[in-house]
Amino acid sequence: MLSFTRLRAQFVKEVLSVLRDPRSRMLVFVPPILQLLVFAFAATLEVRNVDVAVYNQDTGRWSHELLQRLDGARFISHVRHVDSPRRLHELIDRGEVIAALAIPVDFSRAVATGGGHAQVLVDGRRSNAGQITVAYLSTIAAGIGAGLVPDAQAPAPVVVRHWFNPNLVYRWFIVPGLTGILALFSALLITSLSIARERELGTFDQLLVSPTSTPEIIISKSLPALAIGTLLGLFMIGAGVFLFNIPFTGSFGLLLASLVLFILSVVGIGLMISAVSATQQQAILGAFAIGVPAVLMSGFATPVENMPVALQWMAQAIPLTHFLVVVEGTFLKAMPAADILANLWPLAVIALVTLTLATALVRSRLQ
Amino acid sequence: MNAAAKRRDGDHTMPADVRRFDRRRLLALVVKESHQALRDPSTLLIAFVLPVVLLLLFAYAVSLDAKHVRIGVVLESPGASAQSLAAAFAGTRFLDAHFAHDRREVADRLVSGALRGYVVIPQDFEQRLARRGSVPLVQIVTDGSYPNTANYVENYARGVVQGWRAGLGVATPTQAVTLEPRYWFNPELESRRALIPGAIAIVMTIIGTMLTALVVAREWERGTMEAVLSTPASVAEILVGKLLPYFALGMLSTLGAAALAVFVFDVPLRGSLVALLLLSAVFMVPALGQGLLISSLARNQFLAAQIALFSGFLPAFMLSGFLYEIDAMPAPIRAITWAIPARYFVDSLKTVFLAGDIRAAFIPNVLAMLAIGAVFFLLAKRATRKNLE
Repeated sequence: MLSFTRLRAQFVKEVLSVLRDPRSRMLVFVPPILQLLVFAFAATLEVRNVDVAVYNQDTGRWSHELLQRLDGARFISHVRHVDSPRRLHELIDRGEVIAALAIPVDFSRAVATGGGHAQVLVDGRRSNAGQITVAYLSTIAAGIGAGLVPDAQAPAPVVVRHWFNPNLVYRWFIVPGLTGILALFSALLITSLSIARERELGTFDQLLVSPTSTPEIIISKSLPALAIGTLLGLFMIGAGVFLFNIPFTGSFGLLLASLVLFILSVVGIGLMISAVSATQQQAILGAFAIGVPAVLMSGFATPVENMPVALQWMAQAIPLTHFLVVVEGTFLKAMPAADILANLWPLAVIALVTLTLATALVRSRLQ
Repeated sequence: MNAAAKRRDGDHTMPADVRRFDRRRLLALVVKESHQALRDPSTLLIAFVLPVVLLLLFAYAVSLDAKHVRIGVVLESPGASAQSLAAAFAGTRFLDAHFAHDRREVADRLVSGALRGYVVIPQDFEQRLARRGSVPLVQIVTDGSYPNTANYVENYARGVVQGWRAGLGVATPTQAVTLEPRYWFNPELESRRALIPGAIAIVMTIIGTMLTALVVAREWERGTMEAVLSTPASVAEILVGKLLPYFALGMLSTLGAAALAVFVFDVPLRGSLVALLLLSAVFMVPALGQGLLISSLARNQFLAAQIALFSGFLPAFMLSGFLYEIDAMPAPIRAITWAIPARYFVDSLKTVFLAGDIRAAFIPNVLAMLAIGAVFFLLAKRATRKNLE
């Protein structure tokens, strides 16, 4: 059934078909790594460099102090003073400011008696950032006249500790996650095209008349993508450790094993797509139609447990879901082997099922 | 029309004149390309099935408003007040509390990801309560490896403790200044309302850039592009003939997605349909231009798909301001976002859906998209000419 020489010859041929062209050699490796660098800095849920508008009708001491504190706030880049409520609305409408503060005439008097109110208009189009901005502004406001109200500086009666990532650096979360996503897309695109390209160019029929067996075809088509995907993943994990200085607390060996199984299960999905596609266009678009929803449901954007139950079940069939748990856990949580194995066996099952299905599909195509 | 007819008559005598615009030839090309586009089921999959799937996921799966976050509550104190605080944790719908008596039990489950945080109500809780705010009452521990969820756990757990204390009649600290936030355009703060317009931009990017890049790259790969170019049809006719069907497909897809967003997912369309369509049409200019440029640079489908993925789709996802705030990015990356057409489209879409027809917000976006589109088309034209030499 399996002949080693034949397998090696096919493997060389498959690697060459991806890497022969210097342009594709570059395109397989360079963009994912560039994307990692750019997105690692781009993806943040903090709020910074925003503009805030203020319409101040009060001339007293406390509004003056509030404005000074706003000027000094680090998350605000400009405080824009306006002289009418209409202008305030305009700035929000145009999206030039994220929030607009309206300070009433009697503000300072009210603060002195312990009950100052100011209205904040927030751009709800940016609902998440808007809420964070309000939280920041509230902290600033709480500091005003703190001495006036007895008991006001009593601390919140809780102490909070963030494990694994004490300062909640978002990059520590995003970089390991991106490693999985970028490796997924690379491996998916390479494999989904592999059989479809041969069919479109007509060379797949030649395999019919050759002595090659179906398992050989599947193995020789899997290996290059597996090698490239794993290499890419390792590269990005290395960037996370050495470039972004993210603590790496877990076992490298187990992570490597998970990475290989993860790429293998993605390769299985890619080969299934490729086997049912008649053209390269179908293969690429098929890879997209599977890849994009898979990333959205994987728990990268929002935790899996927040999704409806039916979607949670579907998420279990997505390799990325399990790999994300492993990669985040290995970087930050020093995840023990038992917890990693709990995510490894689903990956192995997915890989087995998809590769078997791909073999069956290819076999039916060959006949 | 007259001029065109004359030109056709003189086709063989005036070869220089042949490569001018001819409406009938264009129509024939459009019909041919449309047939070719619609014959392939993958086109329809991307244009009509993927948007539905994406909108569904953005409506139900990708919710930035966490609910029922699983936390542990470690009840070390047997006292009555401790019990009532634990009951308060059990009662909130934002948290899904699992009770334990030992912190070691929950700590392991935090590592495995079964819990996103836990609250410890310590043994000497009753004494701490009696001392009034000079010592912390409870400890909140979160799973910081998911920073966003960790924030939610902290805020909700704080809220529960504060609410519980207020209910006890213990004097809660009042502030001298209270802010009254009012969220315009989205008072219910539903993140799906902000996300679904963004999802439309993603779909349009896939259709405009990815699909076009593939289709034109296939012609180069198979060598049929040279064949088409050697016919009397001019380059402009061929390109317009190729792009128009995908332009129409993109617009139809937008209409479908917008209808779904408004009628099924309850996203308001406060602006006009005309504005929505105009903005979408304008966005198709840079999207198609980018697809065309990619195809004439790559000239094979694998390269075209790779370039379109990394220059079109992923930036539209990560750098358009749809998921992540552009303002918060470092300056060099903010500079990159200026060159990404999806950025202007996401911004305009959010406005037209949630705010209304605000011309002052649309005009700069439209101009930016047109300018980027013009650059893409010029570059594509040069690249095409070079390919032919």
